[in-house]
Amino acid sequence: MLLIHCPYCEEERAELEFRHAGEAHVARPAEISAESDEAFEGYFFIRTNPRGIAYERWRHIHGCGRFFNAVRDTVSDRFFTTYKAGGKKPDAAKFAGAATDGKDKG
Amino acid sequence: MADAASKEPAVRRERLAGLSTTREHVSVTPGPPAARLALRAGEDALNSVSRALGVSVPRKPKTSARAKSGGRVALWLGPDEWLVIDDDGADLPAAAGRAKALHSAVDVSHRNVAILVAGEGAEACLAAGCPQDLSLAAFPVGACSRTVLGKVEIVLWRTGEQTFHVEVWRSFAEYAYAFLAEAARDV
Repeated sequence: MLLIHCPYCEEERAELEFRHAGEAHVARPAEISAESDEAFEGYFFIRTNPRGIAYERWRHIHGCGRFFNAVRDTVSDRFFTTYKAGGKKPDAAKFAGAATDGKDKG
Repeated sequence: MADAASKEPAVRRERLAGLSTTREHVSVTPGPPAARLALRAGEDALNSVSRALGVSVPRKPKTSARAKSGGRVALWLGPDEWLVIDDDGADLPAAAGRAKALHSAVDVSHRNVAILVAGEGAEACLAAGCPQDLSLAAFPVGACSRTVLGKVEIVLWRTGEQTFHVEVWRSFAEYAYAFLAEAARDV
């Protein structure tokens, strides 16, 4: 079973206790009613859906209940790091060496 | 109708009344009724709420704190969330209400049911459906956590080296009890 480090519980817990919660670092526009249709579409619907390093929100729903952010490789399913909601986005270059970089190994 | 109602007071049927499972190495029994409080409070309200409840609410993940006297305990569930249990059935919302600092205290006494798992096989019995490491090193006496058991969410609290207290939602109680009773056969 995949183990995920919860930054609030400060330990690794089984994947069963967590729920995926979409892409991280999507900033809500301050004046959302003033947005053009295209800009709103971009904010509301369009996600990067990368192959490789992804920034995601996760929720420790059957634990402390908190939302937090994670950096995950979408090819290998490996979690590089997790950090508290509102935390600074880690630089992708830090994980580039370990990432599968979008290339399948088999 | 009103007369009939006044003659016989309503009797609350305990959800797991009459059930009990004892195997060679582990026993699974329903816990007694208790008062329970879902407490939410920010860092700045903790001292005030702790004084009002008479128990110092823990700030460290996966820990619990007991009151100096009486059967009251506060279980850490999240950074601003606790489950307070009082075995004597005290009026917990009234107690919490004495705190002047902003907080939320909701009486959930009848939302949860307790199941007690005890014996040298208690750890193995719970491990049948709980993904956490329940060894004494990782989950020492006094540790508590919201987690899962099979398909349902529980709050697990280790009250002794060989005793666990499982808090489960009332409507999930039969499932949780049946799951543990079945697991006890394999321990």
